[in-house]
Amino acid sequence: MASQPIVIIGSGLAGYTVAREFRKLDTATPLLILSADHGGFYSKPMLSNAHLQKKNVDGLLIKSRAQMADELKAEIRPHARVTRIDPLRKEIIVNEVALPYHKLVLALGADPIRLALSGDGAPDVLSVNDLDDYRVFRGALAGKTRVAILGAGLIGCEFANDLTGAGYKVDVIDLAPQVLGRLLPPASAAFMQRKLEEAGVRFHLQSSTVSVERTGGHHTVSLSSGTTIETDVILSAVGLRPRVALALAAGITINRGVTVDTLLQTSAEDVYALGDCAEVAGKVLPYILPIMHAARALASTLSGKPVRVRYPHMPVAVKTPACPAVILAPDGIAPGNWLIEENHDGVKSLFYKMGQELHGFALLGSSISDKNYLIQSLPLLD
Amino acid sequence: MKTWQCIVCGFIYNEASGDPEHGIAPGTRWEDVPGSWSCPDCGVAKADFEMVVI
Repeated sequence: MASQPIVIIGSGLAGYTVAREFRKLDTATPLLILSADHGGFYSKPMLSNAHLQKKNVDGLLIKSRAQMADELKAEIRPHARVTRIDPLRKEIIVNEVALPYHKLVLALGADPIRLALSGDGAPDVLSVNDLDDYRVFRGALAGKTRVAILGAGLIGCEFANDLTGAGYKVDVIDLAPQVLGRLLPPASAAFMQRKLEEAGVRFHLQSSTVSVERTGGHHTVSLSSGTTIETDVILSAVGLRPRVALALAAGITINRGVTVDTLLQTSAEDVYALGDCAEVAGKVLPYILPIMHAARALASTLSGKPVRVRYPHMPVAVKTPACPAVILAPDGIAPGNWLIEENHDGVKSLFYKMGQELHGFALLGSSISDKNYLIQSLPLLD
Repeated sequence: MKTWQCIVCGFIYNEASGDPEHGIAPGTRWEDVPGSWSCPDCGVAKADFEMVVI
């Protein structure tokens, strides 16, 4: 039995799921989890639906660090900053102290991308990437009525719907000509946009945000189109960038994310990576289902039985109550056509590859009930 | 009839509506949902669900 612990850097969904799955297989090997924050467990997808679920910030915390440590039979260090990894000596430097590891798991997550904005209000732009950020955001919302959201992607649309539902006046700005630009064909994006507009969201598409100025007690957001928006709180949701700096400094191969193979192994021996920081066999998939599958495979590998991650078809659910959506985006490289069927309460878009094989779908509104039937119609994955 | 919530993604299992698309008939009590059932949105196992008080 190894005397050195398995060390997991990161206490988000990826880190904690690996730990939970590992403990189902191995109850003896010491487990050390390093958290950059409080180390409590919460559901990140719920941050953009919290008003709808009638949750306040404290209500979002599902388990405290102490409960997690108890359940996982793990040592969990909160507010631990890892400054360096030394794969040759098999140790990491935490708060200036070297800690040895038997195996190391990087579950570092990703950083929100920040737009370069001018104006004295630019530093007031918030982003929500974790529960502590969300606490700041809710604090900023208190007593206010207006929110501007930068980004009409999945997170931007979810927040927009959640905030209009809670009575806020919401403006959403995106450079793209449509909502959910990376996930939806234009015709179904138009339906989603209409439903969100009916719920009260105002969109400013094909516009970039140029500056944010403080104006008395509120903010003025200026767009490239010349439009100005008077608002109280500004939330940026323009995407995530995998955290690769630690790996890079340690000489571990990175690309867009920390490069790993289907065993979730990095270029350094006994160092693994998964979740939003990782690029698994060429793909960065910052969604829940890929994390769950990767965590199960990695837990088995860590317990001594190597398992390669194999993803099933993994549709992404968009939690916008005005227009719920389930999307299995086709591979960017696949040539083919969308076939779109719209009725008044939903849109079913099916992507057929040349050769007529179903390859992806985007289901909006009432058509989400077709999800399971469609998944069964997809070709099996190898 | 109770509702249960997935701790990972927020999916709600409502006993009254069940999950007929995955073979769970409406009215199926949580304790009668088989252990092999998993969250349709994120795939976590039944054991990883939490109960939500409504």
